[in-house]
Amino acid sequence: MRHALPLLLAVAGACATAGAHPAARPAPQAAAAESTSVNRPQYPSAYRRHPYPPVVIRHATILTAAGAEIADGAILLKDGRIAAVGTTVDAPPDAIVVDGTGKYVTPGIIDTHSHLGVYAAPGTDAESDGNEATNPVTAEVWAEHSFWPQDPQIPLAVAGGITTIQVLPGSANLIGGRSVVLKLVPARTVQEMKFPGARYGLKMACGENPKRVYGRRGGPATRMGNMAGYRTAFAQAEAYRRRWDKWNAEHQGDPPERNLRLETLAEVLRGHIYVQNHCYRADEMAQMLDLAREFGFQIRSFHHAVEAYKIADLLARAGTAVSVWADWWGFKEEAMDGIHENAALNEQAGGRPVIHSDSPSGIQRLNQEAAKAMAYGRRAGIPITRDQALRWITANPAWVLGIDSLVGTLEPGKMADVVVWSGDPFSVYTKALQVYNDGWLVYDRNDPAHQPRTDFELGQVPAPGSDR
Amino acid sequence: MIALLLAQTIAITGGTVFPVSGPKLERATVLIRDGTIVAVGPAVAVPPDAVRVDATGKWVTPGFIDGGGQMGLVEIGAVPGTREAALQGDTIAAAFNVAEGINPASTLIPVTRIEGITTALAVPSGNLISGQAVLIDLAGATIEEMLVKSPAGMVVDFSESGKAEAGGSRAAVAERLRRVFRDALEYERRKADFGRAQMRPLSASAADLEALLPVLHGEEPLLAYANRRSDIETALRLAREFRLRLIVAGAQEGWEVAGELAAARVPVLVEPLDNIPSYDALGVRYENAALLARAGVTVALMETDTHNARNLRQQAGNAVAYGLPWEAALRAVTLAPAEIFGVAERYGSLAPGKVANVVVWSGDPFEFTTAVEHVFIRGAEIPLRSRQTELFERYRTLPPNY
Repeated sequence: MRHALPLLLAVAGACATAGAHPAARPAPQAAAAESTSVNRPQYPSAYRRHPYPPVVIRHATILTAAGAEIADGAILLKDGRIAAVGTTVDAPPDAIVVDGTGKYVTPGIIDTHSHLGVYAAPGTDAESDGNEATNPVTAEVWAEHSFWPQDPQIPLAVAGGITTIQVLPGSANLIGGRSVVLKLVPARTVQEMKFPGARYGLKMACGENPKRVYGRRGGPATRMGNMAGYRTAFAQAEAYRRRWDKWNAEHQGDPPERNLRLETLAEVLRGHIYVQNHCYRADEMAQMLDLAREFGFQIRSFHHAVEAYKIADLLARAGTAVSVWADWWGFKEEAMDGIHENAALNEQAGGRPVIHSDSPSGIQRLNQEAAKAMAYGRRAGIPITRDQALRWITANPAWVLGIDSLVGTLEPGKMADVVVWSGDPFSVYTKALQVYNDGWLVYDRNDPAHQPRTDFELGQVPAPGSDR
Repeated sequence: MIALLLAQTIAITGGTVFPVSGPKLERATVLIRDGTIVAVGPAVAVPPDAVRVDATGKWVTPGFIDGGGQMGLVEIGAVPGTREAALQGDTIAAAFNVAEGINPASTLIPVTRIEGITTALAVPSGNLISGQAVLIDLAGATIEEMLVKSPAGMVVDFSESGKAEAGGSRAAVAERLRRVFRDALEYERRKADFGRAQMRPLSASAADLEALLPVLHGEEPLLAYANRRSDIETALRLAREFRLRLIVAGAQEGWEVAGELAAARVPVLVEPLDNIPSYDALGVRYENAALLARAGVTVALMETDTHNARNLRQQAGNAVAYGLPWEAALRAVTLAPAEIFGVAERYGSLAPGKVANVVVWSGDPFEFTTAVEHVFIRGAEIPLRSRQTELFERYRTLPPNY
C-alpha cells in the first residue's frame, strides 16, 4: 500500500528555490531539501543564475529531445531560459549571434550517476570520499558533504556537454546515503551548485558489493542478508515516521528525538526522496520492486541494471527507469550478462532507459555511449530514433531526478541548458563546441576565456593547448 | 568449440579496400587462399571455385590489432580464479610468459572479434618486471593455434605501481633494473661458475636472468609501462645504457617528450581516451596520440579494458577527433602495432603473402553506426556470434523462450 503524502508538513528551506527563476517557471512536484522531521533550513542551495547576455543560435540542426528535429533552425536563450525555438526566432538587438551552420544543438546532457567531487582526481586516499563503508546502512550521510568543487574532472565533464549531474555515494553499503543534484558550473562551494528545488535521492545497492564489504565484518554476507538489512532499516523508519507525523499533527510534549539515519528513510517513505538503486541482476531488481511495494515507496531508477533487458516488461509496468551503460560487462559476476541492446530493449518494452556514466571518463562522452546503444538497437531491428537516443541522456535522466519540468528538452520556458556540437552528436568525430548552463556560456572550445580551470590544475596541470 | 568455417579460396569483391600499406582502392577484390592473402586490387581475377563475399559499398580493412589488455588472461575481473596475468612472488618475473595462461575458450574472444578486432597483445601485469607479453589471434582451439608471436615483449612497470614494487622510490626502479640487467649479463658470461655455485648471489633467479638475455641482446623489445614524463625519460635512459629495443606503453605524458621519443625511434602504445589526471600523469590529455604522431613517433593504440577491447574502434575515432589524421589512426590499429611487435611481414596490411585477417565493415570502422559484416581470421570466416548475441536472442521478446 502506498502511503499518502503528508503535504502539510513543515516546508523549511524554501529559500532553496529563491533567486534563480521566480514565478513563471513550473515548480518541481515536491520541494526536496526539507525534512519533515525538523523545521529548520537544511543545507539550502545557494545557486544563482550567472548573468549573461541573450544568445541566438541560427542555422543549426536542432534536436529538441521533445520529438522534433529542426533542420536549419534557431534558438534564443534569454535570462537563463529557452525563450524561443523554431525555424526562425526573433532575437533582441543585444543578443550574441552564434552561427550554427553545420552544427547541432541539443539540451544539456544529464548524468544520473556520477561520483565527481566525491571520488575526485587525482584519486588518492585523500579524495576518496564516496563510500562511508563503516556500516551497511548509512542513510544519514549526504554526498554533498563530501563533494569537492575543485575536482579537476569537472571541467572535463563540462567539455563533454554535461550540465547537470546526480552525485551519489558509492555502493559499498546497502543504503549508502543521500545523493545531490548539481548544476555543473564553476563554483567555490557545493551549495552554489545545488540544483534549486531538486530532490534528494537515496542510494541503495544490491548484490555483490555490500556482501563483499561486510561479509567478514558482521554482515550482510549474503543476498538474503542484504534484503533483511533493507527491511530492518525501513521497518525502523516506519515507526520513526509515525512518531514524527503524530507529533507534527498534535504538537504535544517534546518532539521525538531526531535520528538522522531514520529521518532520511522516513523521507523516502513520504515520497520526498527518490530511491536510486544500484542493482545488476534481473532477479534482484524484481526482489527490490517487491521490497518497495512492502514499504510503499517507488524505486525511481535502477542503476547499472545490466540485466534490465531480461525484465524490461516488469520494469516498464513498475514505472521504474533504468540507468545503464552502453557496453560495460564482465568486471564481476553480476555484470556478466551485459549486452549492447539493453537500452533499446527497454525502450521497446515501453520503459524509460537512461545512459549513465558512473565514470569520470565516460561522463565526457555520454553522447557517444548513447550512439553506441542506439546503433546496436537498430542493428537488432529495434528502430531507435535519434530523438529517442537523445532522450536517454537528457529528458529521461531529467525525469529520474524529478527535474524534467525544468530541463532535459529544448522547449520554451525551460532552463537554457544547451550544447552546440560540431556535428551530429552521435558521430565519434563530434565534439561539444559550446555549453550553456542556465544561459551562461560555461565552456567554449574555441575560446580559452570560457574554459574555466579548477584550482587544482593551476600551475601543475598543463593548460589546454599548451606545450608545458 | 568454435567451428571455423574453412574455405579454401575466398574473394571479397567490390569493396573500398584499405590495404594500409598503400593507398585505398575503390571497387577492389581481396583474394584469400588457404588462410593467406594472395591478391589485392581492382583487377583481380576471381577463380571460379572461390567463395564470393560481395562487399560492394562496404569498407575492407585488415583486422584490428589491440596493443594492450589481457585477452585470454581474464574472464571475470573480480574473480581471482579466472585471472592469469599477474604472478605472485618475486617482483622480477622475467621468466613468466603468459602464453600458457591463455584460455582459448574465453567468452571475451568472440565478443571482441565480432567487432573487428582480430589480434591482441596479452600483457602480464604486476611486479616490477611483469613478464613476457604475447601476441595472439582471436581464433583457434588451442593456445598454439592462437599465438602469433611469443614473446612479443618484456613488460616492465616504470609507473607509480612499479615504484612500489622497487621499494618505494622511482630512483630505485632504475637502479634495481640496472642491477638485474648487469647480473643477467654476468650470468651469461659465467654460467659455468653459476652452475658450480662459484658466484656471488645474483639479484634474480637463473630463469629470470636467462629470460632477460634476448632483451639485452636487442632481440626482444622492452615494453615499458610509463606515464610520467620523468618515467618515460628513465626508460629512455636505460634503453640507451643497455642498447635495448624500447616500446613505451601508456605514455600519458608522452606528448611532452615527443621529440625525444621520435629521435630515439621509440614507438608508443597509447590509449587516446585517457585524460583523467593523477599524480602519475598530471599532463594526460586527449591530444596525446596526435601530438606524438605529429612529432614523428610511431603510434599504436590500445584499449586496456579487456572486456571492451572492442572499443579500440572508439579509441581510434576519438584520436581522430583530437587531431590524429584518419589514415594514421587506421594505421595505429593495424600496421603500426604489427611493426612494433615485429610481425609486419605477416600482419597489419592487406597485401599478397599476409595472413588473411580481414574485416568487412558497413562503413567507416570508427563510427558507431558502422556494423561489422564479415570477419576473417587466418582466412576463415568467423560466425558473428558470441555469448552476448545468444543472450540477446533469448530475451529479444519477453517472456523468454527457455
